[in-house]
Amino acid sequence: MREPVRHAPLLEVDGISVRFGAVQALDRVSLSIGRGEIAAIIGPNGAGKTTLLNVISGFYHPYEGHIRFDGKDRTHLKPFDVAALGIARTFQNVALFKGMSVLDNIMTGRLLKMRGSFLLEGLYWGPAKRQELAHRAFVERIIDFLEIQAIRKTSAGRLPYGLQKRVELARALAAEPTFLLLDEPMAGMNLEEKEDMCRFIMGVNDEFGTTIALIEHDMSVVMDISDHVIALDYGRKIADGTPDEVRANSAVIDAYLGVAHA
Amino acid sequence: MTRATAAAAGALDPALDTFPKLVVDNARRLGGKVAVREKDLGIWQAHGWSQYLTEARLIALGLASLGFARGDKTAIVGDNRPALYWTMLATQALGGVPVPLYQDSIEKEMQFIVDHAEARFAVVEDQEQVDKLLHVREACPRLEYIIYGDPRGLRRYKDACLLSLAELKERGEKLDRERPGYFERELAAGKGDDVAIFCYTSGTTGQPKGTMLTHRNLILTARNAAALEGLRPDDEVMAYLPMAWAGDHLFSFAQSVVAGFAINCPESQATVLQDLKEIGPTYFFAPPRIWENLLTSVLIRVDDAWAPKRAMVRFFLEVARRMERARLAHRAPAFLDQLLAPLGRLLVYGPLRDNLGMRRIRVAYTAGEAIGPELLEFYRSLGVNVKQVYGMTESSALISIQRDGDVKLDTVGTPLPGVEIRIAESGEVLFRSPGMFRGYYKNDAATGQTIENGWVHTGDAGVFDRDGHLKIIDRARDVGRLATGTLFAPKYLENKLKFSPFIKEAVCVGDGRPYVVALLNIDLAAVGNWAERRNLAYTSYADLAQKPEVYELVREAVGRVNASLAEDPELTGAQIRKFLVLHKELDADDQEITRTRKVRRGFIAQKYAALIEGLYSGAAHVNVEAQVTYEDGRVGTVRADVRIADAAVAVGA
Repeated sequence: MREPVRHAPLLEVDGISVRFGAVQALDRVSLSIGRGEIAAIIGPNGAGKTTLLNVISGFYHPYEGHIRFDGKDRTHLKPFDVAALGIARTFQNVALFKGMSVLDNIMTGRLLKMRGSFLLEGLYWGPAKRQELAHRAFVERIIDFLEIQAIRKTSAGRLPYGLQKRVELARALAAEPTFLLLDEPMAGMNLEEKEDMCRFIMGVNDEFGTTIALIEHDMSVVMDISDHVIALDYGRKIADGTPDEVRANSAVIDAYLGVAHA
Repeated sequence: MTRATAAAAGALDPALDTFPKLVVDNARRLGGKVAVREKDLGIWQAHGWSQYLTEARLIALGLASLGFARGDKTAIVGDNRPALYWTMLATQALGGVPVPLYQDSIEKEMQFIVDHAEARFAVVEDQEQVDKLLHVREACPRLEYIIYGDPRGLRRYKDACLLSLAELKERGEKLDRERPGYFERELAAGKGDDVAIFCYTSGTTGQPKGTMLTHRNLILTARNAAALEGLRPDDEVMAYLPMAWAGDHLFSFAQSVVAGFAINCPESQATVLQDLKEIGPTYFFAPPRIWENLLTSVLIRVDDAWAPKRAMVRFFLEVARRMERARLAHRAPAFLDQLLAPLGRLLVYGPLRDNLGMRRIRVAYTAGEAIGPELLEFYRSLGVNVKQVYGMTESSALISIQRDGDVKLDTVGTPLPGVEIRIAESGEVLFRSPGMFRGYYKNDAATGQTIENGWVHTGDAGVFDRDGHLKIIDRARDVGRLATGTLFAPKYLENKLKFSPFIKEAVCVGDGRPYVVALLNIDLAAVGNWAERRNLAYTSYADLAQKPEVYELVREAVGRVNASLAEDPELTGAQIRKFLVLHKELDADDQEITRTRKVRRGFIAQKYAALIEGLYSGAAHVNVEAQVTYEDGRVGTVRADVRIADAAVAVGA
């Protein structure tokens, strides 16, 4: 377990609610994630974890409440603008360009950093060439970091699942995010792949100082790598604290063990 | 000629009698010529001989600033990295001894060697190795500093004994300003008879032994072999085998320094094949298992190809094989084959060699273990000049080499210049040479057993054939007889079995028994691919291994081996009657094979005694429990029901 550290907040979510028809997906959820933290969002199926992530990344808009990122109100932004703020994410189901090589997939993560005219890009000349080289160098550092050199030129669709997840993480990192959202980064992985993924997530946090929020079901993973755990159930926040505090929280135990709910 | 003979036997120029002195000379003569390349961030970064010296010099001064004294040892752990080769040279320049360790050693093994070698310093690649050393530090009281190359993941570590390579070099620069000329004085004080390295032998029995090799041993062996093969500064080598292996030390360090050629460090263990293709080495060495893996990867792809293409490849490979057989027998190949050969080169051999990264190879060796003759023939028929060499850590890696134009599939060639070989009455191969080791570190008993009256006992049984070629039969203590009196040489049978792309590892048992049986490992990649093409679902190695279809596949392979044994009246009695496919892969972490992948027979016979009894009792299957050691050292148990099968026995010719 990591030492508990309290950081200045990077993301503040204040009383947000989301409804899909009659389903109250999020019900006045407030939380704050500190700069440089690894925060885990846990909860049973349907608790609203992914919805929360989607709200943060701008896919959904809450009908009430506010989101403040880096001290500024960011409640009603589109995903593209959210990405431009330095928030990157991965998806629960792998969402790579299957026919493209791993390298090209990761290069797409640099999209927001690319400047320059269409014409120069096409000619691969002057500033366009210099820019391409700089981006490629950055992407190579990520490839090295995530130890995927051997599959650099392999098309993403041919990779086993565990590696596809790693490539997705690489693409998210290519955007040089200050805040990284990971939706079940370890789902469907075997023990060895999980351990590798843990190492990479902690490495990203350590090396680049990236703040990370992740959804995860494997409690041993959550307890191992996170500084801060937030538990949701039926769209409401039921616990918020250090891994130890949350583990001892009776509401969390009830939610997981399935005590009859009134 | 007399000067050459004197040089082969042991005379060294005192100005050039250590590796550091040779590198100073290389830096002066060859300067910016590439000495080492490393693929980093997807690009090959080259370092010249001057830089080789500069880097080693800073590392040495850094070590000196931490109190490195003459005779101190530096443990070196990691994949093949330029900085680690520089550290070897740096340690030697200060009159110390580098001790390379296998990078996949588990903590217990590491602890034994670091403690036994009394290493005060450890220079390692990354966090993984730092973690292992920190765990065993208490058991190694002499270990004072751990220096790491890659800082990733180590930022939060606060141990006072930890230092990065960059910090070490900064300290080196500072010391250089304070005590100019220190490095040069220490370097000049080295002598050819100083110990240059401890190579811990993995050993198929007991604890590892620290083989002490001197500068003289290694320089003479490297020089004699380089002269024989005409190695030049423009040769290119892949440095991809463990640095702790004497072979890598001789080829990637000693010969590179002596001949001045460049070594190329792959990006990671997983990219070796791609990197091989990019570099296209001219001089290449690999143990049989790598040649086997490469062959398997080729055959898998051939099987996946479009049927007419597959037929074409097989046809031309067969032509090549017939031609190679004729060449080896010093006969003229059949006329039709001669006509077909240029077409084969254009359509099959050339592209295949290119794909394997072997287009530019002038000299290639297979070493470390006996290779199946079929495997050697395959590569030679493609036009890759693979030759067998024989040697051991105790001989500075080389004893004999097959000369160009004098290659035989079943021998290991003739003695290297300066080497004398003798066969003892017991049949054991003995040698003495300028490369023979000084002794085992702190183990005079073992040294005394190995060196007798100036001759080194190799532990291998061998004979000389009519043309003066040495032929190794097997480990002397492994050769036995069946209860029927037939000669039983297990490794010979195992290599024949392993030629099948589906069989990865084989252990034959038969000494004192009525017939020969085999415990096999299937090749997960090849059999997995085969199963996929047949829509055969499986979950794991253990599951796949016990499929009746897989047993049938393996039965065919064993049947082919038996058929070839039946052709030899002396060996027809040694055919494999029964076999089983093990439920787990043999693993060095479980001590079943050594880190260089040699089978540890005694251990396996004990561990799988129940299975072996089953093979002789006529049972149809046996229930077993086996211990597995995970990579982090934890131990678990695997239970399985292993099927026993009869092999097809061929009738003798």
